[in-house]
Amino acid sequence: MMNRFLLPLGVFILLAVVLYVGVQNSPDREHLRSVLIGKPAPQFTLPDLMNPGQTLSNAQFKGKPYLLNVWGTWCVTCRVEHPMLMQLAQKQAVPIIGLNWKDEDESLAHEWLQEFGNPYTAIAQDKPGREAINWGVTAAPETFLVDAEGIVQYRLAGAMTPEIWEKEFLPRIQGNPTVSR
Amino acid sequence: MVPELGHFALILALLLAGLQAFFGIAGPALGRDRWVAAVTPAVAGQFVMICTALACLVASFVNLDFSVLYVASNANSALPLIYRVAAVWGAHEGSLLLWIFLLGVWTVAVAIGVTRLPKRFGARVLGVLGIISFAFLLFALATSNPFERLFPAAPDGRDLNPLLQDPALALHPPMLYTGYVGFSVAFAFACAAMLEGKMDQVWARWTRPWTTAAWGFLSMGIALGSWWAYYELGWGGYWFWDAVENASFMPWLAGTALIHSLAVTDKRGLFKSWTLLLAILAFSLSLLGTFLVRSGSITSVHAFAADPGRGMFILGFFVIIVGGALALYAWRAPLLKSQAGFDVLSRESFLLFNNILLIVATAVVFGGTLAPLIAEATGYTLSVGTPYFNAMFPIPMIPLLALLPIGIQAAWKRGHLSEKKKRLLMWLAISVALSVAVVVGIFGRSLVLTPVGYAVAFWIIISSLVDPIDRIRRRLSLPRSVIGMTVAHIALAIFVIGITSVESYTQERDIAVGPGETVTLGNYAFRFDKIENMEGPNYDGVRGHFSVTHEGKPILNLTPEKRLYWVQRQSMTEAGIGSYWGSNIFLALGDDLGAGKWSVRLQIRPLVNYVWIAAFLMALGGGIAASDRRYRTARQPATAGEVSAAGGPLPGKAG
Repeated sequence: MMNRFLLPLGVFILLAVVLYVGVQNSPDREHLRSVLIGKPAPQFTLPDLMNPGQTLSNAQFKGKPYLLNVWGTWCVTCRVEHPMLMQLAQKQAVPIIGLNWKDEDESLAHEWLQEFGNPYTAIAQDKPGREAINWGVTAAPETFLVDAEGIVQYRLAGAMTPEIWEKEFLPRIQGNPTVSR
Repeated sequence: MVPELGHFALILALLLAGLQAFFGIAGPALGRDRWVAAVTPAVAGQFVMICTALACLVASFVNLDFSVLYVASNANSALPLIYRVAAVWGAHEGSLLLWIFLLGVWTVAVAIGVTRLPKRFGARVLGVLGIISFAFLLFALATSNPFERLFPAAPDGRDLNPLLQDPALALHPPMLYTGYVGFSVAFAFACAAMLEGKMDQVWARWTRPWTTAAWGFLSMGIALGSWWAYYELGWGGYWFWDAVENASFMPWLAGTALIHSLAVTDKRGLFKSWTLLLAILAFSLSLLGTFLVRSGSITSVHAFAADPGRGMFILGFFVIIVGGALALYAWRAPLLKSQAGFDVLSRESFLLFNNILLIVATAVVFGGTLAPLIAEATGYTLSVGTPYFNAMFPIPMIPLLALLPIGIQAAWKRGHLSEKKKRLLMWLAISVALSVAVVVGIFGRSLVLTPVGYAVAFWIIISSLVDPIDRIRRRLSLPRSVIGMTVAHIALAIFVIGITSVESYTQERDIAVGPGETVTLGNYAFRFDKIENMEGPNYDGVRGHFSVTHEGKPILNLTPEKRLYWVQRQSMTEAGIGSYWGSNIFLALGDDLGAGKWSVRLQIRPLVNYVWIAAFLMALGGGIAASDRRYRTARQPATAGEVSAAGGPLPGKAG
């Protein structure tokens, strides 16, 4: 026989189930989906950090998939992420284009690259932060996967980790015929 | 070295919390008095370790040790010293440590308090607190270690979130957590009573001051948060029904119900199982708040960074602690019988209505806060906003307020209102007349509920004050519990007056204005004198100068600011706020529209300050009531023994 003193426990169990589902769903919300996914990547022509006086455009990388990594020397999480980018660069898995975001002075970025290594194929400079707005960047670091057709396939808000690389990036690079070509 | 010391102290604290829980629960259960005697030393040792850990984290912040990830993420060399200390609880890891520290403070206070109680009961209370502390320490060490190193160290840190660089917000989390965590004491008392299988009026007397004190802190914490939101967020409101605000409001509502239900259990030995359930509920809602804020299951302006791993962990211990307590309740509560009855118009009845209405109010907030989550679990998306809460919340609150003046005049046990009915009706008539006078005489216009709000508030004030004034006139003693109650009830009335005025008579205007121009709102005129650049320790920005006149008479100058914090590149609004005759004049500087124009938000909010003053008065009332001598003398061993012997074990004693 059901006794009324069991009722609170019953209600609580129901609540716990709802919270459980809530927690399960929350990762989707964390890796905020970008409105750019499935759309052509914004085109930019920006100062080239490594070749002063020259410009760099992402149009020249079309035909192969690439990563666009948004970073800045002021960003602590970027420092945490850096070794992972170095590993990816060593594997030569895919070119990594850097978008140096809101660094006030080139020398800061050069010091950083000298000290920790340079994983980037090329680095575009976005001092005023305008280009980042086109990409919908909310906080550094962020990494976008752009396929060979120039279509944005994935957006990662936060640091790249081996798990995320294996789970989210690799399948999209290898599995997608337009990307792997 | 310092961070490692802190980390090590946390591990030792975890072990000591485990011992405290084990000896506290197993000692009394197996009748081993030496185990029981080991509980207090474990409490003391654990507290020393937690203090050490907190001191290490504070030291890392003060010394700006950017080799600690948490420091590098939440401080910067330009951050002023006071905010380096406040930055300790500026994000998830450190605020969790603060939570644990405050639990330690409460536990030590309880350990001192229970020396006057039966030894085994005290050990059980401390044992339950040990379980909670163990769970939080394990959570901190497993998922949220604030001492994690960053290698190589950062040259400078990311800085504290500019939103948190504010005096009120530096104080808001400690106050709020003191309240949240304080409900763990009532929870532990309830669990200990259920473990003993015995609960009597003396139990309620032991529990009351702790609960009232926790409630006072929670009131203050919520008020500080609301005040901060008013002037810092630049939205110009005092309450937004945001999920995180609601998470702190639900335990407050349930705690308010608990305070009243405890009064009945204390005075009359009634509502026993209901009081136990409320004690569990109040703390469970505190835990739920912690869960919602830290798990990322709910999106909100001030939620911590989402982390599903952490969410799973908190959910796990939430289920164990609350589920365990409710299972204990299902097992033991049927044994508690209340002997005495009461009449329909007795004070017991009114307190029962109070409890029902407060729980309905809690359910309204709970439903609105969790509906999006429930909808998502079934595959829909749903957002519940202010209109829902504004429409639903008054439904239980208006009868609650209207019954208050009658309830405090009602006698215990017997329901004879007849001789008081006349007086109550007379006071009501006076209140209605006053209310009409205010509405017609001062403001000259009104919403439907405006006169109702004022009338109820005046009625509460008159009905609350009559008896205390009468006692003072007859030179009778006035116990602190009665003074505290009266202060809190009058504070509630002041609160209602504040809300009624703000909701009925707020004027606002968003407008573009340039230097030299004047804009008007109601009887007020605002002249935009000039705008200048300025620089602070870790931000720069602009400051506007406005002179305000009321019917042509200059009354004050406002200097709203718009700051850009360098490191996080976040812009912040510091509203210019002044008051004139109780009206709050709010001016926030918006965006530079170009061509010398700025967007500006103007608001005149009559008596909005009453909302916060009332909350502080409520906390004060709680403090006065909790310090009543009656609670202290009840803890003398002889008295406690006598009373409990006289009251006898309950009919259904099983333990």
